[in-house]
Amino acid sequence: MTTMLNINGKDMPVQAAPDTPLLWVLRDELGLTGSKYGCGIAQCGACTVLADGQPIRSCSTPILALASAKITTIESLGGEHPLQVAWVKNDVPQCGYCQSGQLMSASALLAQTPKPTDEQIDAAMSGNICRCGTYQRIHAAIKEASGQAPVAAPPVAAKV
Amino acid sequence: MNKFVMDIREPTESVKLTRRHALGIGATLAGGALLIGCSPSAIGKMMGVGAKHDFGAFGPFIKVTSDGFVTVMSKHIEFGQGNHAGLAAIAAEEMDADWTKVRVEQSIANASVYANTSFGMQGTGGSSAISNSWMQLRNAGAAARAMFVQAAATTWGVPAKDITVKDGVVRYVAGGKEATFGELVPVAAKVTPPQKPILKDPKNFSLIGSDRVRRKDSAAKSSGTARFTQDVHLPNMLTAMVAHSPKFGSSVASFDASAAKQIAGVVDVFQIPSGVAVVAENTWAARKGRDALVVKWDDSKAEKRSSDEMRAEWTALAAGKAPSDSKLKWLAFQTKGEAAQTTSGTPAVDTTYDFPFLAHAPMEPMNCVAIVDGNSAKLIHGSQIPTLDQLNTAKIVGNLPGAIEVETLFAGGSFGRRANFQSDYVTECVHIAKHVGKGRPVKLVWTREDDMTGGYYRPLVHHAVRVTLDKDGYPATWRHRIVGPSLNKGSPLGSGGLDPSLVEGAKDSPYLKATPVVDGQAISPDINMPILWWRSVGATHTAFVMEHTIDQLAKKAGKDPVDYRRTLYKKAGAERHLAVLNLAAEKAGWGAPATAGFTRGIAVHESFGSVVAQVAEVKLVNGEPRVGRVVTAIDCGTAISPNQIAAQMEGGTCFGLSAALFGQITLKGGEVQQHNFDAYRVLRHNEAPHVETYIVASSNPPSGVGEPGTPVISAAVANALLAMGQPMTTSLPFVKT
Ligand code: FES
Ligand code: FES
Repeated sequence: MTTMLNINGKDMPVQAAPDTPLLWVLRDELGLTGSKYGCGIAQCGACTVLADGQPIRSCSTPILALASAKITTIESLGGEHPLQVAWVKNDVPQCGYCQSGQLMSASALLAQTPKPTDEQIDAAMSGNICRCGTYQRIHAAIKEASGQAPVAAPPVAAKV
Repeated sequence: MNKFVMDIREPTESVKLTRRHALGIGATLAGGALLIGCSPSAIGKMMGVGAKHDFGAFGPFIKVTSDGFVTVMSKHIEFGQGNHAGLAAIAAEEMDADWTKVRVEQSIANASVYANTSFGMQGTGGSSAISNSWMQLRNAGAAARAMFVQAAATTWGVPAKDITVKDGVVRYVAGGKEATFGELVPVAAKVTPPQKPILKDPKNFSLIGSDRVRRKDSAAKSSGTARFTQDVHLPNMLTAMVAHSPKFGSSVASFDASAAKQIAGVVDVFQIPSGVAVVAENTWAARKGRDALVVKWDDSKAEKRSSDEMRAEWTALAAGKAPSDSKLKWLAFQTKGEAAQTTSGTPAVDTTYDFPFLAHAPMEPMNCVAIVDGNSAKLIHGSQIPTLDQLNTAKIVGNLPGAIEVETLFAGGSFGRRANFQSDYVTECVHIAKHVGKGRPVKLVWTREDDMTGGYYRPLVHHAVRVTLDKDGYPATWRHRIVGPSLNKGSPLGSGGLDPSLVEGAKDSPYLKATPVVDGQAISPDINMPILWWRSVGATHTAFVMEHTIDQLAKKAGKDPVDYRRTLYKKAGAERHLAVLNLAAEKAGWGAPATAGFTRGIAVHESFGSVVAQVAEVKLVNGEPRVGRVVTAIDCGTAISPNQIAAQMEGGTCFGLSAALFGQITLKGGEVQQHNFDAYRVLRHNEAPHVETYIVASSNPPSGVGEPGTPVISAAVANALLAMGQPMTTSLPFVKT
């Protein structure tokens, strides 16, 4: 059975059973491996993609629920998105495994709230776990990408 | 079939892995001070093959291509620590390469050239990537530079001593000549490398220690294109999941695969040593197939205790109960003076501390790709100790360890989990791929639940501490008991002596050095489940115990915690501790008011050759500690990449804080109660501290950075709570659910 999905602006027929979570269709069937598996139960955010601009956990969303949605994945950001530029400038990633999900949550935030406050960033980003603990740089990079100065001293080491 | 038999747990005559090798790796991974290197020939023999690989003109660590790019080969895995950039910078500095034209590539597995110089196998651990490579890569870079200088001298017919190199350009200024590394490659490649290349005076370093040393992988990791094991898709590949017993030490009694085989996409179901494997055409089919599987387990040999029972047992031992097993012995880690004195007088502190099991829970659950065809095998995964993965795989497929090919990819974190003597999930994948056979690739995928319940935890540990003070308020006697299972058991280290990682951080504490009478002993009860080093290993508990005890003693003595430590460090001659303490206190504004609503706590600890001091600002939100500003001072010897040192302090602090606030794995009837992040709570964005990092200037060789930032924060938070007037914290995590 074929399900039609719209992913990154393209209609894509997929063969997976309708109860298959979107994440496994993206990764195994379509080869879009930027979205990651971290928990499978909507707890960690590593699999975050956007459906009609809203962040969703693709590990827990079966494709049958997405037949009419416009799905956006990390692959659509293109590499030059202001968030990606800020991510690289701040050397945000460590292991990097959570970062696709972090970027998708952040991109949804900025699309809706171009200049988020610290509290708004906290609220939008607290569904995305980073075991490497890159939260501080994620926060700084979102501030930077939204044209705001970081909250406190930047995370730069001073040699003494 | 090859006669080579390899069992690293029971070395035989044919196995050249000696206790010396094992000690080296065990002690170093465990953070002990025992660093034993091996000669390349010893490793070559152990691996069964010599270094046959052709590494090119510039040796195994450096490649230079005609486009002028310098590629530094990393023998170490990159799973977040930023070591790839640091390793490349060391070679680039000595070469005078153009940093913008330096790339990093992951090396192949070949212990005869890529062994970790501090533990004799190829592998990453013990925060040693930079420190063990320091002289190796300086020499490699300096030798390559000398080859380019000689190439230019020959080409231009001028003396080598008049030639300069900067940013990958070689110049003879007097003659107005210049050429790039790229242009000189064909000639330089024919120059005989110098045996003893001349190294730079560190005073002349221009790249090392500068903010230019930044990660090389940020763009790939910010675009979803960095390749992890989870992302490997090969033609004809099968995806496997394994049903494991909920108890440790159980085996399969029987299983019924009929329902599983009905699932579309399931290809086969079969038993392997660690459980029942389901192989399928894709991940979701494997998952559904495994869910449909019915397995009966034989629990006769399983660990059935609850963690509460273990804690009670450990506590009773520390309180003086005789061990039920007569082979269990208390072993001294430090004794000074008359032990009897440590139980007399009025104690200023007389308390116990409890630490739970902890899961590493790296973001990418364990996984591996293996291809087995007859007795040839290739592994593709985030290999932390390629040599062990080779040894353990060779045993299964019947080949020489050196013949096992390993392609190491980025890994989504490890924190110690991917390094174990059994290569647990790697061998599981090899068993499946061997069953599938014919060179058909198999990707083993662990779910988060598999990962969290699959063992290899930071063990449950108990401390009992009794301290009396002298008339000036400083420790006069110190009695210390540590109860915790040995990480060495079941490893080549055997189960005999004291596990150094159980007592590191207490044994070598400057506070014990400054105390005239000490009776420090440890005991390791048996436990029938896999336990392992967990980012900063022994320091995860010893730093807390020593640092929180000291604050309580300072309080009893009516002294400021920073002044109190200063006095003790001076007594102990702990100059590096004193330097980071003073730096952190100064930068945090110790003595001046903290940020409104917050209270400060300080802690200091040395691990992996580096000393870290942290001043944390803490407040209580709904009864839970919440950490704001954290001022960190570190002495890690020569700083290669200040930016990445700061990143490790930020990340290490979050990792330590996450465990201190929320982390605990509990067992009921031997079964792990936490299966996923809903029950194993971890630190999130809104709970993250803001870490500032200051680095003490040092000309010592570089020391560890990946782990030393982890163990300090727990005590800094407990000490802030103490300063708020809260009671001592005698068990972690702070937040009990
Ligand atoms: S994998 Fe989907 S939220 Fe964790
Ligand atoms: S960068 Fe490793 S989990 Fe976030």
